[in-house]
Amino acid sequence: MASMRDIKRRKGSIQSTQQITKAMKLVSTVKLQRAKQNAEKSRDYFRCMYETVVSILKKTQNLDHRFLKSGESGKKAVIVITSNRGLAGGYNSNVIKLVTRGHLAGEDLAIYAIGKKGKEALQKQYEIRADYSDVIEEPAYVDAMAISKTVLEAFSKGEISEIYLAYTAFKNTVVHVPTLLKLLPVEVHEEEGAGGEEQEKGGALMNFEPEDEEALNLLIPKYITSLIYGGMIEAVASENGARMQAMDSATSNAEEMIESLTLLYNRARQGSITQELTEIIAGANAIS
Amino acid sequence: MADTNLFTLRIITPDRVFYEGQVSMVEFNTTEGEIGIYKKHVPMTVIVSPGILTISEEGGTKEAALHAGFAEILQDKVVILAEIVEWPEEIDKQRAEAARGRAEERLRSKTPETDILRAETALQRALARIHVIK
Repeated sequence: MASMRDIKRRKGSIQSTQQITKAMKLVSTVKLQRAKQNAEKSRDYFRCMYETVVSILKKTQNLDHRFLKSGESGKKAVIVITSNRGLAGGYNSNVIKLVTRGHLAGEDLAIYAIGKKGKEALQKQYEIRADYSDVIEEPAYVDAMAISKTVLEAFSKGEISEIYLAYTAFKNTVVHVPTLLKLLPVEVHEEEGAGGEEQEKGGALMNFEPEDEEALNLLIPKYITSLIYGGMIEAVASENGARMQAMDSATSNAEEMIESLTLLYNRARQGSITQELTEIIAGANAIS
Repeated sequence: MADTNLFTLRIITPDRVFYEGQVSMVEFNTTEGEIGIYKKHVPMTVIVSPGILTISEEGGTKEAALHAGFAEILQDKVVILAEIVEWPEEIDKQRAEAARGRAEERLRSKTPETDILRAETALQRALARIHVIK
């Protein structure tokens, strides 16, 4: 059995760790609240953006546009949104796994990193084209504009053929889903049917001014920007949610360890008292 | 309510709902020129170019500087998805003046590497801001 002093020291160190995890949990709870509010405020914008892009694409289905087909070059770009700090459970590694083991595994990728953790994990394997790690601290729309401009330029020049966005979607406080989204070429998916019905109900068909192709040229960069911005905002919310959970379980683990160490310590103390008593009585007996 | 000439206007930015209310007319700049929209406009999607946004409510008009985005116009509803839009009180006059100076300077001293398009939009933006505060 370990000595009383050892147990006491161990308990002290766990206690101070618990204090840290507790404080971190509180901090990320507050940050989560704010990030959640941001995410909710901007949701309207993204829904409208998505609906508009879907309706314009439906109208221009057989249009041969440069944003609607993959480029010639084999390289694919992935914008990877992770956090700058660790201690968030599986948050970062889930996103990284998505890139390295998902359906993009084994391909030649160009990484645009948002967040240090993703950059550090992926730079051994892939080429890091750009690093926007500071952006994730306080995501702003202008940052998203700058990033989307860079990737679209590379796409237009033919340096990259497809653009993906890897981030963690925020469903609610406890559910975060690592997601790989194809940004370019633009794909219209599942909700297609529902959108169509709505439009017919509206009566008149939507007109576009300027003409379809010109409108696409202007709209798609905005669409990409909004997706990147949305990804960043959701990623921040997920990061804080994941950290909150991780720190919560760390705190309760520490609690458990402290409890069992307290038991051990008391037992050791009782043992030493009993031993001392036995020794005293034995000594007294020997004298008399 | 049936014969009212008001329609719903919503202006949404990525981080807030900028404006929401019943209006009789809204005017702004598009890539195809200035437009004014009344109720029962033909459904249309237009791309915004930098300029002044004028909202005519029942009680009077409101102005704001609208810089980028696009608008979806339906018969009884207009939604403007604005990337950047500001009320007059949010504009920093000195910064706008400085930006105008810079853009004009850049257009005047045209060198081959000047990004004319960028300088022009910057100038438009600065002018819209300055005009709105006046």
